[in-house]
Amino acid sequence: MVRSLSESELRPTTWEHAVQAHGLQVRAGRHLAVTGLDLRIGVGVHGLLGPNGAGKTTLMRALATVLRPAAGSLNLLGRPAHERRADLRPIRRMMGYLPQEFGYYPKFTVHEFVEYTAWLKEVPTADITVAAERAIARVGLTERAGSKLKQLSGGMLRRAGVAQAIVNDPALLLLDEPTVGLDPEQRLTFRELLRDLGADTCVLVSTHLVEDVVASCTDVVIVHAGRVVWQGTPAELAERGGTGDPGDSAAERGYAAVIRQARREAGA
Amino acid sequence: MNSHIDDDLLARYAGISESLPDAAVWGVEVHLDSCSGCRSRLGEVVHPGTAAMVARVGGELTGSLPAMVPYRRFGVVRRWSTWSLLPRLMVSVGALVAALLLEVVNPHYPSPVLLIAPVVPLFGVAAACSRRDDPAWELVAASPRGGALMVLRRTVTVLAALLPVLAVVGWAVGTSVALWLLPCLTVTSATIALGSLLGVRRAAGVVAAAWVAVVTAPAMLTHQLPDVLDADKAPVWAMTGLVLAALAWTRAEAFQRLASRN
Repeated sequence: MVRSLSESELRPTTWEHAVQAHGLQVRAGRHLAVTGLDLRIGVGVHGLLGPNGAGKTTLMRALATVLRPAAGSLNLLGRPAHERRADLRPIRRMMGYLPQEFGYYPKFTVHEFVEYTAWLKEVPTADITVAAERAIARVGLTERAGSKLKQLSGGMLRRAGVAQAIVNDPALLLLDEPTVGLDPEQRLTFRELLRDLGADTCVLVSTHLVEDVVASCTDVVIVHAGRVVWQGTPAELAERGGTGDPGDSAAERGYAAVIRQARREAGA
Repeated sequence: MNSHIDDDLLARYAGISESLPDAAVWGVEVHLDSCSGCRSRLGEVVHPGTAAMVARVGGELTGSLPAMVPYRRFGVVRRWSTWSLLPRLMVSVGALVAALLLEVVNPHYPSPVLLIAPVVPLFGVAAACSRRDDPAWELVAASPRGGALMVLRRTVTVLAALLPVLAVVGWAVGTSVALWLLPCLTVTSATIALGSLLGVRRAAGVVAAAWVAVVTAPAMLTHQLPDVLDADKAPVWAMTGLVLAALAWTRAEAFQRLASRN
């Protein structure tokens, strides 16, 4: 029998921007790490750049609905996510998230772990095995699917983390530092996967590697001190850099120029 | 077109028998657009040649993938528990056995088993929703099955694992189940209700400390079982437990996010 598409797969999206934040403030502990951030992103691969301590991880956690914003509004996939009593389950069902500190159960095999996260995300029971196999194949871990997580290298763990994030075919995918520990060849494969995912998904990749962003992202968002200081395409970022800015490539010089200007404005 | 497409029309649309006029095709497609039931029926009646081709391509694709053996052991256990609960459960069982030995050695003292039995599960419940005890807490917290349901699930697991042990130990020392079961459930729902304010881990500590202060310590000092553990206090325990459970239910959304206090 030929498989037919289910209702939810055919339903048209009812939102224009998967992430829509206005005046967003988020606390990390007692410290206000995101201070009045405005952001709008839709389908495509978006690179989130910024110096350490700029609030990238706190922003990712707020977008993943793990942290409740202290102020401002946040709409994810057309639904409000900032209210205390907001119903987050429909958003979470359509979301994939790879935390920066990717905790895992060391005794699980890759396949068990991805199946477990598929169950956590309420993937229909009948589809869990196939969805897990597909996600593992997409990150290139099929040969190690039976290995325990504690036996994997750092790069493989990161890929297992990406597999658990994409297992439910999310409409919004948040990846916090996904390229840490990947060797150059794996990094190239990963960029291809990102481009593939970005065709119909809103992917937000937090990273500190400007090269990754230029190679695989359609859009760059730069945050500094908890705010978005610049948003544009990688080509526009490359144009920002002058000959006097530090960096080995045009994009790196552009990034350095944006950050320097943000620092100057914050100081003024 | 609101009524479902009959088999004959569907077969004609699929191109098995004579072909359909364009207007009818359009009507069928409008209906198929919105009806998954008829779409799956269409999947069943496609032309045998088409079905064979899909099967062949699918077979070749899956055949070219390395075989993967689904590993299904402990599937249910994994969904209801985490590995981090196991050491805590073992410590709880150890504490109960120690209380049992104490009681066997010194039978004239107020029953140590009865004095600690209601709060023993709290040690496990404390790990139900905690970033320190669950390595994948951030994944669980960001998933639709996280939150209050996961806390309840793991609490039920802890109770299901410990209540039989409590029953056996209580039976060994001749303590009635009724004496400790209701206080145990009430104390657990108090932890969950308080946990929506303080975080479950801290709430478990507070409730256990309160129990020690109000019940265990006076009993040790006066060598008498406190009144609150009398058999005629059962309705009070039951009512309190129900009220606290209802309170926890109304505050369920507090578990949706994982704050730093957890």
